[in-house]
Amino acid sequence: MIAMSTRHILLGLLAGGPSHGYDLKRRHDERFPQARPLAYGQVYTTLQRLVRDGLAEVEGTGSDGGPERTAYRATDEGAAELARWAGEIAPPAPFVTNEIFAKVVVSILSGGDPETYLRAQRTAHMARMRELTALKTAPGGDLATVLSADYALNHLDADLRWMTTTAARLTTLTAEVDAG
Amino acid sequence: MSNQGGSPVPLLAARDLVKAHGRTEALRGASIELAPGEILAVTGASGSGKSTLLHCLAGIVRPDTGAVTYAGERLDRLPERRLSELRRTEFGVVFQFGQLIPELTALDNVALPLLLAGTSRQQAHATAGEWLERFGVRGQAELRPGAMSGGQAQRVALARALVTAPKVVFADEPTGALDSLASEQVMTALTHTARESGTAVLLITHDAQVAAYADREVQLTDGMVEALGVAA
Repeated sequence: MIAMSTRHILLGLLAGGPSHGYDLKRRHDERFPQARPLAYGQVYTTLQRLVRDGLAEVEGTGSDGGPERTAYRATDEGAAELARWAGEIAPPAPFVTNEIFAKVVVSILSGGDPETYLRAQRTAHMARMRELTALKTAPGGDLATVLSADYALNHLDADLRWMTTTAARLTTLTAEVDAG
Repeated sequence: MSNQGGSPVPLLAARDLVKAHGRTEALRGASIELAPGEILAVTGASGSGKSTLLHCLAGIVRPDTGAVTYAGERLDRLPERRLSELRRTEFGVVFQFGQLIPELTALDNVALPLLLAGTSRQQAHATAGEWLERFGVRGQAELRPGAMSGGQAQRVALARALVTAPKVVFADEPTGALDSLASEQVMTALTHTARESGTAVLLITHDAQVAAYADREVQLTDGMVEALGVAA
């Protein structure tokens, strides 16, 4: 599985113009509100690797009255790498290692109660979907928040569809076992 | 507090509803409560009895057995005349599609319930125009339903359902025929307006993303209601 690429996201943020580490971290966290906030250490390490690989370079150093900060900018190679990555097809992930799936399978194997678990999980999913919907439809919400909430909502919805189908299959299976 | 209600004093309540269509029992002892101003989603598979439940709660059909209580009145025992008065003044209804009158403009469609209630034509049109504005379809006021997109027509239908300031809006798959963005516009318009005006909404849907606009969800399974936890 290909992990979300911090280096490409930083390159993307640098596409708008030179920026320093602190600013990149702040803009990352704003643009990807549902993602884990970037650690400063991770930002600086990634910037150094981008420089090492010729994808970014140091624009200059300034203090602007505060602590000294190094500004970085993307190189032409960096811009080309960003364009390549942004257009590259991501493998449609099967997500078969999902925890919900694993719990249901283990529960069936061990003679547990997957129906009760699925009902409780549905309640938790719906509660989270209500939160995300409120976030998405609040007046004045910015595009990054809306897109990010949409993404999460659609994935939770996919889980729910699978859980609904599974609950129905379990009922049918139980009925067949009882009838047999 | 009941495990199926959001409030100790429900606006609308059903107890042990049974309703058969021919030999098929659509409802098999369904109980549900709707609090004043609450937005409640009723979800469930096709054929689980969702629409039949809505029809019983809205006084459109009478249950075979069981009780429907609205603001202290036994709805299932009311004479047809009082029922139709309630449906005109206290209830608003929105279906999946097809409820607008095709020969009338959007403005006339929305003004119609007010005209039927005796409001003057000028006042009815002014109020209808305000409601079209609230739902972002003022620009379509002079269009007939056939000339509007599905999402626009549905927002006009919502304006018509809410124009009489009802206590409850019954919405049966209101976004069933819409794409996801049109669905979002309709649901945002419906829930924001209902919350502003304190209107309760009973929302029938098979779509979890639509149900997520509600305060609470109950699921119908084989004609019975299963509570799925009260919203925090």
